Amino acid sequence: MSKAAPRGANSAPSQQPLADTQAPNEGDGVETSPGVCDRVAKTTCYMCACRCGIDVHIKDGKVRYINGNKDHPVNRGVICGKGSAGIMQHYSPARLRKPLLRSGPRGSGEFREIEWDEALTIATERLSAIRRTDPKKLAFFTGRDQSQSLTGWWASKFGTPNFAAHGGFCSVNMAAGGLYTIGGSFWEFGEPDWDNTKYFMLFGVAEDHDSNPIKIGLGKLKARGAKVVSINPCRTGYNAIADDWIGIRPGTDGLFVLALVHELLKAGRVDLDYLLRYTNAPVLVVQEPGSADDGLFARDDAGNPLAWDRVAKTAVNASDPNAKPALTGNYTVNGSRCVPVFQLVADRYLDGSYSPDAVAARCGISAETIRRIAAELAHVAFQQTIELPIAWTDWAGRRHETIKGRPVSMHAMRGISAHSNGFHTCRAIHLLQVLLGTVDVPGGFRFKPPYPRPAPPGPKPAGKDAQPMTPLDGMPLGFVCGPDDLLVDAAGRPTRIDKAYSWEAPLAAHGLMHSVIRNAWAGDPYPIDTLMMYMSNMAWNSSMNTVETIRMLTDKDEAGGYKIPFIIYSDAYYSETVAFADLVLPDTTYLERHDCISLLDRPISHADGPGDAIRHPVVQPDRDVRPFQSVLIELGARLGLPGFVDEDGSAKYRDYADYIVNHERTPGIGPLAGWRGKDGGSMGKGDVNPDQLQRYIDNGGFWHQDFSDDQRYYKMANRAYLDFAVEMGFIAKAEPIVFQLYSEPMQRFRLAARGHGEVRPPDAEGRRIEAYMDPLPFWYAPFEDESVDLEKYPLHALTQRPMHMYHSWGSQNAWLRQITSQNRLFVHHQTAAGLDLVDDDWVWIESINGRVKGQIKLVDGVNPDTVWTWNAIGKRRGSWGLKDDAAESNRGFLLNHIIGDQTAADAGGKRYSNSDPVTGQAAWFDVRVRIVKCALEEAGFTEPQFERFRQPPHMEPSPDVLRFGADFRIKREAAE
Amino acid sequence: MTCLPAQTEKKLGLVIDLDTCVGCQACVTACKEWNAGGHMAPLTDIDPYGGHADGVWFNRVHSYEHTTEQGGRTVNFPRSCLHCEQPACVTVCPTGASYKRASDGIVLVDEDKCIGCKLCSWACPYGAREFDTDVGVMKKCTLCVDRIYNDNLAVEDRVPACVAACPTSARHFGDLGDPASAISQLVEERGGVALMPELGYRPTNRYLPPRARGERAAKVDAPALEPIRGEGGFLGWIDRMLSN
Amino acid sequence: MHPAFSVVFFTTATGAGYGLLALLGLLGGLGFIPADFWLGLIGMALALGLIVAGLLSSTGHLGRPERAWHAFSQWRSSWLSREGVASVATFIPACMFGIGWVFLGHSGGWVAVAGLLTAAGAVTTVCTTGMIYASLKPIAQWHSRYTLPAYLIFAAMTGSVLANALLQSFNIGSNGVLAGALIATLAGWGWKFATWRYNDRLEIPTTANTATGLAGGTVRSIEWPHTEENYLLKEMGFRIARKHSAKLRRIAQTLAFIGPAVLLTIVFFLPWPLGAIASVLAAAAQLAGMLVERWLFFAEAKHTVTLYYGR
Ligand SMILES: Nc1nc2c(c(=O)[nH]1)N[C@H]1C(S)=C(S)[C@@H](COP(=O)(O)OP(=O)(O)OC[C@H]3O[C@@H](n4cnc5c(=O)[nH]c(N)nc54)[C@H](O)[C@@H]3O)O[C@H]1N2
Ligand SMILES: Nc1nc2c(c(=O)[nH]1)N[C@H]1C(S)=C(S)[C@@H](COP(=O)(O)OP(=O)(O)OC[C@H]3O[C@@H](n4cnc5c(=O)[nH]c(N)nc54)[C@H](O)[C@@H]3O)O[C@H]1N2
Ligand code: SF4
Ligand code: SF4
Ligand code: SF4
Ligand code: SF4
Ligand code: SF4
Ligand SMILES: [Mo]
Repeated sequence: MSKAAPRGANSAPSQQPLADTQAPNEGDGVETSPGVCDRVAKTTCYMCACRCGIDVHIKDGKVRYINGNKDHPVNRGVICGKGSAGIMQHYSPARLRKPLLRSGPRGSGEFREIEWDEALTIATERLSAIRRTDPKKLAFFTGRDQSQSLTGWWASKFGTPNFAAHGGFCSVNMAAGGLYTIGGSFWEFGEPDWDNTKYFMLFGVAEDHDSNPIKIGLGKLKARGAKVVSINPCRTGYNAIADDWIGIRPGTDGLFVLALVHELLKAGRVDLDYLLRYTNAPVLVVQEPGSADDGLFARDDAGNPLAWDRVAKTAVNASDPNAKPALTGNYTVNGSRCVPVFQLVADRYLDGSYSPDAVAARCGISAETIRRIAAELAHVAFQQTIELPIAWTDWAGRRHETIKGRPVSMHAMRGISAHSNGFHTCRAIHLLQVLLGTVDVPGGFRFKPPYPRPAPPGPKPAGKDAQPMTPLDGMPLGFVCGPDDLLVDAAGRPTRIDKAYSWEAPLAAHGLMHSVIRNAWAGDPYPIDTLMMYMSNMAWNSSMNTVETIRMLTDKDEAGGYKIPFIIYSDAYYSETVAFADLVLPDTTYLERHDCISLLDRPISHADGPGDAIRHPVVQPDRDVRPFQSVLIELGARLGLPGFVDEDGSAKYRDYADYIVNHERTPGIGPLAGWRGKDGGSMGKGDVNPDQLQRYIDNGGFWHQDFSDDQRYYKMANRAYLDFAVEMGFIAKAEPIVFQLYSEPMQRFRLAARGHGEVRPPDAEGRRIEAYMDPLPFWYAPFEDESVDLEKYPLHALTQRPMHMYHSWGSQNAWLRQITSQNRLFVHHQTAAGLDLVDDDWVWIESINGRVKGQIKLVDGVNPDTVWTWNAIGKRRGSWGLKDDAAESNRGFLLNHIIGDQTAADAGGKRYSNSDPVTGQAAWFDVRVRIVKCALEEAGFTEPQFERFRQPPHMEPSPDVLRFGADFRIKREAAE
Repeated sequence: MTCLPAQTEKKLGLVIDLDTCVGCQACVTACKEWNAGGHMAPLTDIDPYGGHADGVWFNRVHSYEHTTEQGGRTVNFPRSCLHCEQPACVTVCPTGASYKRASDGIVLVDEDKCIGCKLCSWACPYGAREFDTDVGVMKKCTLCVDRIYNDNLAVEDRVPACVAACPTSARHFGDLGDPASAISQLVEERGGVALMPELGYRPTNRYLPPRARGERAAKVDAPALEPIRGEGGFLGWIDRMLSN
Repeated sequence: MHPAFSVVFFTTATGAGYGLLALLGLLGGLGFIPADFWLGLIGMALALGLIVAGLLSSTGHLGRPERAWHAFSQWRSSWLSREGVASVATFIPACMFGIGWVFLGHSGGWVAVAGLLTAAGAVTTVCTTGMIYASLKPIAQWHSRYTLPAYLIFAAMTGSVLANALLQSFNIGSNGVLAGALIATLAGWGWKFATWRYNDRLEIPTTANTATGLAGGTVRSIEWPHTEENYLLKEMGFRIARKHSAKLRRIAQTLAFIGPAVLLTIVFFLPWPLGAIASVLAAAAQLAGMLVERWLFFAEAKHTVTLYYGR
């Protein structure tokens, strides 16, 4: 986003008000200047995770309308389809009204209302018993919330390692793939240089977290006529407006990207200077098969990786700015044969198996197209170079008169990550970017602070051996650098309930929320007592294999008790998961509470500067509900968790607002970075400022700091930036961040599999570790492709985010659901013809995991071997305040029913989570299906069907007619 | 008065860029939320939580697949009132409820006169008229007449809600009667088209067609990549590169 | 277009009503039909009854019937308004004629004038009704040179068949009227036939391409803006299967034209009361047939808005 941007995104001359906005005297009696509101409250939207700034217009105590905040760094005045429908979320009839205690069988929806004190007492007694005996027996998992720095800290103080947010089933492949490679990542932690890029490649994105920034960006590219290339099996939304749509076969991007790498290497179109300065390309790798350091970096006594100096003909510290490192060759360093990383890169990707001709058929992309894209990339990167007339100084003190840029940018998300080969594919894309020299340069992909961080960033995950009444020695989630950091016991068994950081998912930086219910049910690796969840619809659209998941949630043991003994859940609405909770803690809506979008979590920074934001109550709840964060803080106090109570045992924080202002994670660093210090004069680090929240509110609900021009690019090696990052506490030392083309941590796992080191995998796991912990990116077929009969299940089945729906929330929204309340299965015309299916037919969609019924719509804009549908439209009858005849539960369907949560059994009969073997990322998009026309009498309604949920007491009945806005008019006209 | 003004001082309208629209529905709900409490409030929703949900919307987004020799393209297509210059929706109205403003050309419905005969909706080829069965009167896009002149809004906000919302900047607003206006220029540059011109309604709104593949973006005519010839191939090349 | 019964009945009933009224005004006023109290009363009651019933049912189609009177204001531009004015205006001469012809038993003189004015008003009203449909460009099947004449012919046809039934019932049938009715029925049949032929071959210049401005090739709807049917689709998205409409066309033709034509022909040779019965049957069959014809008139009419929905 350029600094001199005019106020608001839509500010083209053709989007301005009329030169004279004086109403003409038409004499038709139209009131052209009605009063619009009594006050405007500026806060942060939460109709999705994009964190846009909104102006909430309040009239007669009701929300009149919501629009985008023009000054906000995220959305700059625009607002998306969901954001404008916030009113209907806020006034949803599905809102929970009071704490609930289960009174019928689990899953029935029978509850009785209880008072908050009773609710908190029940929870406290249960949890303190657990904490006194075995804290692991509390599994605390959260979903779409933006308070993971609080929830994680709470879990750590409670002493359970069993904490994670939704990242494991979301896109940890992107996070880990990026953080282990370039110290930053796609997701919403980086962005293309929208103002300068000339060639933009979009891999596997329908919407993404950066909903509005991406749309604003695409608008800019279109206005500038920059080229947009979409790699996506489906041609909708962003991909519909691409100049080049490449309808790739799902799961094969790794091949496609590495074929591009092959072409670029072959033609010598890579940025050697960039590789030498900013990557580990020159670092020497020991090549001594069988030895304990085979494949590790050659290091000096101080532990610095070595490179070979071409001139001095000797090994030197790879980070020595004056070295003249070799990128190729064979060298002997203290007795071992070594080659530079880049030699390994060249050897692997120049191989014919990565040639366009070799991969074309598998990717469903012609070799000639692959060659064309490679040529275009090279052309734009090396012939259309841009140079900003801004001087900057790199980490080593070398002054550069200009900032050079290669205007090729890329963005990728779940189309890449939601496959069992997603981690390596994501690394492959970063490799491609780095070879072209386009990371954090003008026109390229740019980091958003607090990134970049060292690849991988510290700290390591805590919780190897949880002890009663003792906090963990750190945060439950972190980054492992080798087997020693794994959370496994002596026998190699996982110590976390989700098996994160075990041999089954070594780099599981976000945990594996999607395997918690099965593991807890199976008591594998151990049984738990209480499952506490927050803001995640685990009994429906965020679980794989939904039917089984529901069974596991309600399954009982011999003694007649539930296999998962106790479930506490906080939701704001009557979602499918609420009915499976024993204790329900009703939350507020996003307009009724404080929230903190923190630099410690998922901030609102953009590439030109850090920022964070708050939500604050703009209207008061009309129900007996409480913000979950405040409830969590009170629970912490009642449990006497360290950090939540003062010496005298009294509560340390009144509520979340109090915590946001007064909590310090490390001295001077708290949830909010803006207006710190007594007088609010400092940012990043500083004393607690009692007026901090007010300062945020006065500023429109956010804080944002713009970089000076010389800080904007090359952040991985830019002294001005690195110094700033240290001041802000983003990184510990102002040292360069070296891109890891070759990942040494991964090689350490391989060595363990080969029998080296203290911590070694059980034989069963060794094979997987050897195969998948490859230090260089490679491609392998998604697991399901390997395990199912592709003759029987020839099609790939995908879901896409509808831009106007946020997962399951949208269906309770009277406006949004009118747009989509039935999801169709989109099928290519040819494919349908082959199965003699016609438009609007009803079909069974069958996978090895089961079948679900839906109605098809024929299209051309899809890979012919792929079918897809909108995500999370199907609903269970009785939930979300919907009537029994609602399309969502009668004609809409949920693909999750047929997505397995486990892989097929391996030779040893073992089944793994249906996830990426490196990170544990859920492999949603691996599923293979066939579609079969259903019998005449089966047409017209979806299956499987589930028993209707009963309604909790005193739920608002959903109206038959909605006249929202009528009152405003009546009042207005009365006043006139 | 349902006789049409001979001509109007201004021709206010919208221009929609089909090359940029991603079909995100922002203009749709922004329109709904502003107008639900605006000039024609409410925009009643019948059976909003049931199986026959049917609400009043002034702007709706369709998706099409346009297939030509050049190949296929998915096109998202927002549809709202085009504020025609020769709108039969006005002339057919028996009550004078439907009218076109002489000042700015906005076509409006005066609810107090409307008897709900629905004839105007039959006369509109574009489906831009929405009948509110609950109130029994016809409603439609007002071009945000209660925003664009609204003294209670900051000047910068006096644009239609849908234009302000659009995240991709695909919607434009202005006086299409003034050839010098930015919006007229845009239509000129991009070859904006009128819908169903053959019916002679002379719509004010224009649609900017998707630029055909190739011309749509700055062409990248990149020469094909040549494998490195010289001795040592790629690795030899690297050595040469590094040694000089 | 959605064939709402209120509108289908309205156009059929008023058509027949005004047709009959015109004939009574003409023939009665000029004394071709004797001024007989019962004949006149029943005749006028039938005509005005059909008209009033039709007008009432059309107001049933309004969202705000209580404001219906607003509809007289825009006669300068709106055919619907003109129809309202004309239909009401026609009642003035019609009442005078009724008084003179039925109650005072006069014909000729001022009654003749009133009768002629009534006939003129009736014809005008039918024209305005026809023009409401003929003027709608978005509906090619209506916006054609066939629509206005159709309304006039059908009014004359149903009116004369009713008139004949009336006279025959009073055993004062005139071969002139009978012949007129027969000719009108055959003319109606011919016209309808021609109209269907025309519509079936109609090449409508307005397509999904011009509707979206996407030139060349094909434009296919892949997603609606909303899942469920909305007002536009309920009101204008009505679709009827070819098979179904062909069947209804046969029914319409048999009831409205063929049947009545045959019956009217044999009436020439039938003595009273058989002739009267046949004539009444003819009229009844024709009205029923016209309801079907009018239902099809709507059902087969395609509005351009359906192009946006791929219908
Ligand atoms: N409106 C809206 N916005 C959202 C959300 C929402 O629910 N609604 N959810 C938020 C969340 S939690 C997330 S994680 C993000 C996710 O944002 P996205 O990454 O956009 O997630 P998806 O909608 O799953 O889109 C995946 C895309 O990848 C494509 N795809 C699938 N497999 C492949 C493949 O093998 N190769 C390639 N090249 N493409 C493939 C699919 O066709 C689809 O277009 O969106 C966030 N933003
Ligand atoms: N088939 C398929 N399945 C998928 C995906 C896919 O692409 N395809 N995407 C996966 C991904 S990436 C993700 S992130 C998950 C998302 O799935 P979830 O994490 O389950 O997200 P939601 O469906 O939004 O459910 C969040 C829950 O939070 C509740 N909630 C909403 N607002 C509030 C609030 O203010 N307070 C509280 N306490 N609760 C609230 C909602 O009512 C809902 O029950 O879905 C996953 N599931
Ligand atoms: S993108 Fe998300 S946060 Fe931004 S306005 Fe839309 S819903 Fe709200
Ligand atoms: S808001 Fe803009 S991009 Fe979104 S649908 Fe409307 S016009 Fe298209
Ligand atoms: S679009 Fe339809 S409603 Fe709008 S002015 Fe034109 S004819 Fe009238
Ligand atoms: S519905 Fe209302 S606005 Fe439309 S023509 Fe009838 S009276 Fe006029
Ligand atoms: S101009 Fe106003 S009323 Fe018309 S579509 Fe846009 S937002 Fe809706
Ligand atoms: Mo996600």
